[in-house]
Amino acid sequence: MSGEVWVFAEHNNGSLLEVTFEILGKGREIADKLKGSLSAILMGRDLEEMTQELIDFGVDCVYLFEGLHPNLYPGQEMVGILCDLVRKFSPDILLMGATSIGAELAPKVAARLNTGLSAHCIDLDVDEEGHLLQIVPAFGGGVLGTITCPDRRPQMATVKSGVLRAGRKGSRNGRAVQEEIMGSRESGIKMLETLEGEIAEVPLEKAEVVIAGGWGVGGKDQWLQLEELATLLKGTVGATRPAVDEGWAREFQMIGQSGRTVRPKLYIGFGISGVMHHMVGIQDSDFIIAVNSDPEAEIFRMCDFGVEGDLKEILPCLIQKIKEKIKK
Amino acid sequence: MRIIVCLKPVPDPKYWKNLTIDPVLKVLVREGMPNVINPLDRNALEEALIIIEKQGGEVILLSMAPLFCLSVLREALAVGGDRAVLLSDRAFAGSDTLATSYILSEAVKRLAPFDLILCGNETIDGGTAQVGPQLSQFLGMEGINFVCGVEKFLGEERKGRSLIVRRKTEHGYLRMQVKLPALLSVVKEANIPRYTTFMGILGAEKKEIQVWNGNDLNIDLSRIGLTGSPTKMSSLFVPELKRRREIVKGTPEVVSSLIIDKIHQAGLL
Repeated sequence: MSGEVWVFAEHNNGSLLEVTFEILGKGREIADKLKGSLSAILMGRDLEEMTQELIDFGVDCVYLFEGLHPNLYPGQEMVGILCDLVRKFSPDILLMGATSIGAELAPKVAARLNTGLSAHCIDLDVDEEGHLLQIVPAFGGGVLGTITCPDRRPQMATVKSGVLRAGRKGSRNGRAVQEEIMGSRESGIKMLETLEGEIAEVPLEKAEVVIAGGWGVGGKDQWLQLEELATLLKGTVGATRPAVDEGWAREFQMIGQSGRTVRPKLYIGFGISGVMHHMVGIQDSDFIIAVNSDPEAEIFRMCDFGVEGDLKEILPCLIQKIKEKIKK
Repeated sequence: MRIIVCLKPVPDPKYWKNLTIDPVLKVLVREGMPNVINPLDRNALEEALIIIEKQGGEVILLSMAPLFCLSVLREALAVGGDRAVLLSDRAFAGSDTLATSYILSEAVKRLAPFDLILCGNETIDGGTAQVGPQLSQFLGMEGINFVCGVEKFLGEERKGRSLIVRRKTEHGYLRMQVKLPALLSVVKEANIPRYTTFMGILGAEKKEIQVWNGNDLNIDLSRIGLTGSPTKMSSLFVPELKRRREIVKGTPEVVSSLIIDKIHQAGLL
């Protein structure tokens, strides 16, 4: 249906995720531009409260699948349910969060429906013809790309958490539609247990100071200095993909397209070349400082203050000076 | 047990700043760029080798890439695996994740029967993490992303056999039992990939690499390549950079003091 925007409303044990609200905000905007409507798909148990919340945040219609396993898993069963619903109503656009669930559900649904999907969008818009413009960081090389899906429907995209601003609460007259699950579903997956992770939650997203390191940090010794600097500045350590691959940092510290998005007052990047994969995760920082020995490093084009030099020499000196400062 | 491991040659990140973009096709110009195996695909290969060491069987490496990536497959065979198939055809160029998964699925069908397909959860170049789950759908089987542990097999081979795996989420882990054949996309925590040995390099010379093109597969040409891909890269642009771009050089003492000044200006310290 033309102008029909759908959002997959992801929740964790009955509370809607922040990214769901962020996408609803953008979804509402797009639906209004298209003079269409905004719908949400909600699956699980005890959906009443969440349904009202979705309507409060601008949803015109909530499609409900009540009674499903609370641990929603995007296996064949859930993919089948969602694809049937899409076939029934033919929405124009289908959006999901690029979460661990959404990032698995979206490509499966797109494959079954034989339509296009873009991953980890940092912004969305529509053009005059009503095509969804999906802004993605491209090729990791200093450019952004606009992806469109001109000929097939729905146009699908996943959006990273933290890149869009959550929509505002308003007063709307939304409705809820109870949907039946058609037929019996084959499932090759049996959930055995849910384990709470010992994922050390570094609140990178909330950090006022982020000290980040890349491949150019060069070794674990320097990495430890980076951590020391972060402690001195009451900041949090972030990393690029190569630094994680080298084993200096952990996966959850990764900033960028497939990692976290940060908005600190101060970001200092050491040995970071500045590929767009990383830069999209820091672009909303208030002040960006970069230290790199390579005068050609891309990051120097995208920072407020750049220091061309050897971080092996600068780091210890900087730490020393800050320590002196703190003592005073 | 037969395991298919999907591998993607990716431009070596050490050379990423030299990357250029084809202005017409709007795809990456990969020629002349040193390629390496996508890092997480090494974890997928490692997991396959661990399983086969316990269960016995065969590991087949599968890759879709230009012909010049043969050497990357040879490198992978030096790490392990029994043989490899390279899917290479001009007609494949420009395929998005949907078209790529479709091509891979047709190759996988030709390699049937099999018990498992292992992929890296995402690549470092495209980074969409879409090909694994999309491939599972073209094959009509369960696919699981973010697999960080393979625990044990239950039941007899190819008679309703299943596997217990651990999958990462934002909140922790899920333990789940999945019917085989299935596709698993593994993350870094799954294992530590082994190093290439000299014997491995020698052994790899004798391993077979088959090259298949579009004619070797039962492929609908309207579903592949640039024109068969539903997503189009319609424009590329350099994002607007409203930064001050003040660049300095100097002794460590001088630049450290300058950095501290900036930290002050940011309202900190």
